[in-house]
Amino acid sequence: MRKKSIRSIFDYTWVFTVVYFGLGFFNILFAWLGLICFLIPLYGALFQGNKAFCNRYCGRGRLFDLLGGKLGLSRHRPAPLWLRSKFFRYGFLVFFMAMFFNMLWGTWLVFSSARELRVAVKLMWSFYVPWGWAAGSGAAPWSLQFSYGLYSLMLTSLLIGLGVMWLYKPRTWCVFCPMGTMTQWICKVKNGNTNEMHKKA
Amino acid sequence: MKRKAKVLLEECVACGSCVKVCPRGAIQVVKGMYANVEPELCVGCMACARACPASVIVEAPAEMEGAS
Ligand code: SF4
Ligand code: SF4
Ligand code: SF4
Repeated sequence: MRKKSIRSIFDYTWVFTVVYFGLGFFNILFAWLGLICFLIPLYGALFQGNKAFCNRYCGRGRLFDLLGGKLGLSRHRPAPLWLRSKFFRYGFLVFFMAMFFNMLWGTWLVFSSARELRVAVKLMWSFYVPWGWAAGSGAAPWSLQFSYGLYSLMLTSLLIGLGVMWLYKPRTWCVFCPMGTMTQWICKVKNGNTNEMHKKA
Repeated sequence: MKRKAKVLLEECVACGSCVKVCPRGAIQVVKGMYANVEPELCVGCMACARACPASVIVEAPAEMEGAS
C-alpha cells in the first residue's frame, strides 16, 4: 500500500514541468532550473545504474501520460519505424548535444563580450521569438543568455514531444528523448550487454 | 492457446510506460536497460503493448513468454 501511495505522488510531477515553463515565461532566469532535468537522470544512470528518473519521476513523461493518456489528446497510433530506429535515436542525441554545446558557446560569446545578448527564445533551432519582458533586471548578460538558450531547448523539445504525443502514442517523445537515450546507453555500458543480462536473469 | 506479453529487448527504450499500465505489476524495467515480463503474473491483457511508444511488446504463446 505504501509503495502505491508513493507512486501516486510521483504521478503529479508534471506540475513541476508546467510551473517551470510558466516561471520562465515571466522571468527567464528560472530556466536555470531546467538543469535539474539533465543532472538527476545522469546521476541516476551513472551512480545507480538505473532509469528511475524516466520510469518514475520525470515531469515531462508524466505530462505526456496525462495529456495523451487520461485526457485523450493522442491518436494512439504506432510511431513510424524510422522514428524508433537506433539510427534516429542516436542521431537525434548527437544533434541535441551539438545544439546544447552551441548554446554554451553562445553563452561564452556573450560572457566574453564578443556578442550582444539576444533577448529572444529560439524555437526549433531556427525561429527567434521576442521574449524581452522576461529578461528582468540586474542579471549578468551571460546568465540571461544561458537562460534563453536552455529555455529554448526545453520549449522546443516540449513542442516536439506534444506533437508526437498527438500523432502517435502519449510517450512517443520518450523513444528518442536525448536524456532517455543517453541514460539507457549509460546503463547498458554500466550494467552489461542486454542479452548477457537476460541470460543471467 | 494462452498468450502472454513478450518484450523485444534490443528495441526497448526502457521508458517504463508499460510498467505504469500493467494491472498485475508483471512488468519491470531491469537496470535501466529494458523491460522484462514476469510470466507467472502476466495475464496477457496487452495493456502494456498498447501503451508502449516503441511498439516493442508482442503477444507470444505462453511457453515463449517473458522476453526474447
Ligand atoms: S525519456 Fe525523456 S521525457 Fe521521457 S521520461 Fe525519460 S527523461 Fe522524461
Ligand atoms: S499483458 Fe497485461 S498483465 Fe501482461 S505484462 Fe502486459 S499489461 Fe501486464
Ligand atoms: S513501454 Fe515499451 S519501450 Fe518502454 S520500457 Fe516498456 S517495453 Fe520498453
